[in-house]
Amino acid sequence: MALVLNEEQRLLRDTARDFLATSAPVNALRKLRDEHDATGYCPELWRQMTDLGWANIIVPEVYDGLDFGFVGLSLIMEETGRTLTASPLFASSVVGTSAILMGGNTQQKENLLPRVAAGDLTLALALEESHHHRPSTIATRAEHQKGGYVINGEKTFVLDGHSADKLIVVARTSGEYKSTEGISLFLVDSSADGVKCHRTIMADSRNAANIEFEQVSVDADSLIGDENSGWDILEPVLDRGRIAIAAEMMGCALEAFERTMDYLKERVQFDVHIGSFQALQHRAAHMQAEIELCRSVLLQAAFSVNEAPEQLPILASLAKAKLNELVKLVTNEAVQMHGGIGITDELDIGLFLKRARVTMQIFGDTGFHKDRYATLCNY
Amino acid sequence: MENLEQFRIEVRQWLELNCPDSQRHPMAAKEQYWGGRTGKFSSADARLWFERMRDKGWIAPEWPAAYGGGGLSDRQGKIIKEEVKRIGARPPLVSIGIWMLGPALLEYGSEEQKQKHIRAIVNGEIRWCQGYSEPGSGSDLASLQTKAEDRGDHFLVNGSKIWTTSADKSDWIFCLVRTDPNVKKQAGISFLLIDMASAGVSVSPIRLISGESEFCQTFFDNVQVPKENLLAELNSGWSVAKFLLVHERKLMSELGSDSPRQVMAPNVVAHEYLDVENGKLVDPQLRSELVDYDMSMHAIALTHFRTFEEKTAGVHSAAPLVMKYVGTEAEKIKSELLLAIMGSRGLGWEGEQFTDQEIDTLRLWAMSKAMTIAGGTSEVQLNVIAKNVLQLPKS
Repeated sequence: MALVLNEEQRLLRDTARDFLATSAPVNALRKLRDEHDATGYCPELWRQMTDLGWANIIVPEVYDGLDFGFVGLSLIMEETGRTLTASPLFASSVVGTSAILMGGNTQQKENLLPRVAAGDLTLALALEESHHHRPSTIATRAEHQKGGYVINGEKTFVLDGHSADKLIVVARTSGEYKSTEGISLFLVDSSADGVKCHRTIMADSRNAANIEFEQVSVDADSLIGDENSGWDILEPVLDRGRIAIAAEMMGCALEAFERTMDYLKERVQFDVHIGSFQALQHRAAHMQAEIELCRSVLLQAAFSVNEAPEQLPILASLAKAKLNELVKLVTNEAVQMHGGIGITDELDIGLFLKRARVTMQIFGDTGFHKDRYATLCNY
Repeated sequence: MENLEQFRIEVRQWLELNCPDSQRHPMAAKEQYWGGRTGKFSSADARLWFERMRDKGWIAPEWPAAYGGGGLSDRQGKIIKEEVKRIGARPPLVSIGIWMLGPALLEYGSEEQKQKHIRAIVNGEIRWCQGYSEPGSGSDLASLQTKAEDRGDHFLVNGSKIWTTSADKSDWIFCLVRTDPNVKKQAGISFLLIDMASAGVSVSPIRLISGESEFCQTFFDNVQVPKENLLAELNSGWSVAKFLLVHERKLMSELGSDSPRQVMAPNVVAHEYLDVENGKLVDPQLRSELVDYDMSMHAIALTHFRTFEEKTAGVHSAAPLVMKYVGTEAEKIKSELLLAIMGSRGLGWEGEQFTDQEIDTLRLWAMSKAMTIAGGTSEVQLNVIAKNVLQLPKS
């Protein structure tokens, strides 16, 4: 059934939780941050994750994938949210892999998918051009040149952009600046001439980059899908990404919430546990209610990817908007309810707070998705 | 699954043949059929629709056939509900007996009580009301003082109940009464079924901010109640009350999707009352509030669906415990939103200058304030979540 996990899915979730708690606890992120790690994630951990098959979950069996379905992938994303695990899972195995699956030709799929699944190759989507998610506002241009294309433009907030082997670049081959018509997707080697990558150090200590493309030449077969039809690939890929990142946000919110509930049962002031104060109990109970609503939305959204694609756009926007609001509420309350220690770097809560703010901007903030939901409802 | 699909087809065909066209659109409050000794049908079609559903066993499809129910599974019952809703059919009988007392009778009643009362509920012969709250016992329900003294062959009941819905039109009342004043307050309560025609029962309607008087205060002055009208064991009424409260909260949480009044959806009303340019509502504030509401309702509907699936699969979760809180808070937001969308036209109290829809919207807005008070206030719901789900320490 859609809204209840089956045995296999529960097992996958439990395995992921156990593995991450041991191999990638929150301290692992802290270490990457404090050591100014150049890669921004631990390649050995990524190798273990790919050995578990996590990069291969949504890949069909014809490309040697596990074909386990998007619900399974979203469960793993949720668990990585609990541990704030830095890895190419989202950029490469959710977004990149989806783009190849949905837009790539047979040769691209056969060539790329097994390597991505094995962890030998990572992908990243170079989409955004401004500080807000506006997926059709594309100025980057790709023009015909000698049987191929030449790309010029600047991209920002490219997740895992500094470490990816190949970039999927969203560029305009025709059409007006903000139009969904005339957009095309290109595979570009990150080491190609004219690609200049600037890693950005952000609040969440995770990995993103600003990337310049100056006279970057690619061959004709680097085009993903048909020229000028990139939007038809991009939109469902973004919706998958929105649901996957919403799942990560659920994990982030749940972990921050549970740690806070533990603290309310532990911390004594005025000779009683502070969790006995109704002023805190009601806020905690309200968060529990919001968590329950978000849980249903997330399950149905992940389910719709494979089973009800006609509902995907509205459910993706619902999920991203609801989880944006949830993770903001819960991380703010987590800091407040911890009191003074909540604003120290020593406590992990601050790391959840900061990751939450970054995820809220990924693939659309609350306003973006409220507007999209309303538009899809014809108002 | 195949059988259920077949069942759905049969339900659809039966409804197509048996639900009169006039019963397939929303009804005004005064058109509802509540049954009982004084119940009246608003039309011949309303009677026909009720009698057909009654004879089919679909007034209470999931209840045992031995007592007049349909003897169907929960899933089949849900399919009937969905198909009835799909064609916009009115509920043939609006009944507190079905919503509230019936499940308690099935759970706690003796064979004689089930035989006597359940069939009368399903057949619409007896209209019930609920006697829980008292003037001095609202959120602290267990402090109730209406007492029932053991007088050998009967109980002697004295006291008063408040917020007794439509007590002035009801035939029987189910009451929580104090049968032992000398123990912990929850341990001295019993559950009594009382015929409102008994000597010493009197009723006084309460005028509300909506202008309606749905609720009454009911007084008991030396009312003699036969011993056989005790439901469950003596002094175990609190267990029945808790069982019914859980049930009542579930019902209240579903009102948004299953309301017998079926007030129009805000996004439909918005297109009627607000400026639209290029397919978009011009007013940014109302558009934003509307999408917040629609997204909440979408999430709530999915969560109802999830709780049903979890129940069927035997999976336990916290979702059922939060639904009364989220569902009734959303209902209040809906009423505020409808009022705001209608502007000054939503403020009509009565008269020819306003449509029925506008006046109903205002009256329902006033009544919606009761949603987060009745059946346990939102604050009580939050206490329950804090205690039972989060297991926070006692305050």
